[in-house]
Amino acid sequence: MHELPVIEEILAVVLTHAHRHGVSRVVTINLEVGSFSDLEDAWLQRYFDHCSRGSVAENARLELIRVPATGTCRRCNHVFTLAAPGTDKTGCPLCGAVDIVLDGRRGYHIASLEAL
Amino acid sequence: MKPGIKLIEVKEDLFADNRRAAETLRARLRASRTFLLNLMASPGAGKTSLIMQTVAALAGELRLGVIEADIDSMIDAETVAAGGIPALQLRTGGFCHVDAVMVGKALAELPLKDLDLVILENVGNLVCPAEFDTGASRSAMILSVPEGDDKPLKYPLMFSVCNALVVNKTDWLELSDFSVERLTERVRRLNPGMELFPLSCRTGEGIEAWTDWLRREVAAFLN
Ligand SMILES: Nc1nc2c(ncn2[C@@H]2O[C@H](COP(=O)(O)OP(=O)(O)O)[C@@H](O)[C@H]2O)c(=O)[nH]1
Ligand SMILES: [Mg+2]
Ligand SMILES: [Zn+2]
Repeated sequence: MHELPVIEEILAVVLTHAHRHGVSRVVTINLEVGSFSDLEDAWLQRYFDHCSRGSVAENARLELIRVPATGTCRRCNHVFTLAAPGTDKTGCPLCGAVDIVLDGRRGYHIASLEAL
Repeated sequence: MKPGIKLIEVKEDLFADNRRAAETLRARLRASRTFLLNLMASPGAGKTSLIMQTVAALAGELRLGVIEADIDSMIDAETVAAGGIPALQLRTGGFCHVDAVMVGKALAELPLKDLDLVILENVGNLVCPAEFDTGASRSAMILSVPEGDDKPLKYPLMFSVCNALVVNKTDWLELSDFSVERLTERVRRLNPGMELFPLSCRTGEGIEAWTDWLRREVAAFLN
């Protein structure tokens, strides 16, 4: 799966910012992940440990923050947080309509770094 | 947070480069008036079969090209090319998806200005290709009957990023408990605007509705 390209991207962004701020060590990387993304947390950290060896981000911890998908009901305009994928319960909790617009389910966003 | 640790705001989306590359590609395709269809599915769902059927139906009226990125492709680029269709095998090196940069390189090898429609057979899986914008004008996916009607629950992202869903191998329907109705209901919850095309590449049943849709989309793009 695509854990490896994701890690290479994360590392590139992290090193750019670490360099810009002149830090000596990156401790934590706060990464927001859309809830429909299918990444394996354990693999991410393992690949990261491998790729970051010898850089200022070596031994940094990936803090994954799952961002739930949101739905907007087309009938009553109610905005709600979606149940985890894998269930049939994606209708509007207010009026029961199934005609909803989904948002925020894909993608990765590096929110911040904690560094020394 | 421990003392001495400082917080650095980053606020950067990953694959922003790919999204930019995809937009550049779309502009290039608009300029050459070439419609790019990104076709995704699990291995064995019928991507190559559908491409062959589509080529057979549309070759007389549209100038077609094919990009093959599926590793276990039964009929590879040479076979497609043997039918007089420009086709290109993309070496993905074991990658689980293709991105806009890879597609851009492949398109550079095709005579774009002489092509109306290029079909990209993406790498066979329902997870990774959903995450990467290829620069395509439209994305379509195939779910085949033997895979089961519960797949929208397992792969919601793929079902929510595609414009059309081909339900292939309908000749298997009577042998299974697959319900097109139940599938449609599940798909509607994820993607109300998605077009559904139950068909069989084996018997040819239902192919016309699919090629009619594609023909309309290409015509709208070219006008
Ligand atoms: N029964 C049946 N088999 C099909 C149909 N379409 C494709 N197949 C078979 O499914 C297998 C995989 O098809 P292929 O097009 O290579 O799938 P791909 O891996 O997605 O490109 C082949 O043996 C095809 O002959 C169909 O509509 N019905
Ligand atoms: Mg194939
Ligand atoms: Zn509602």
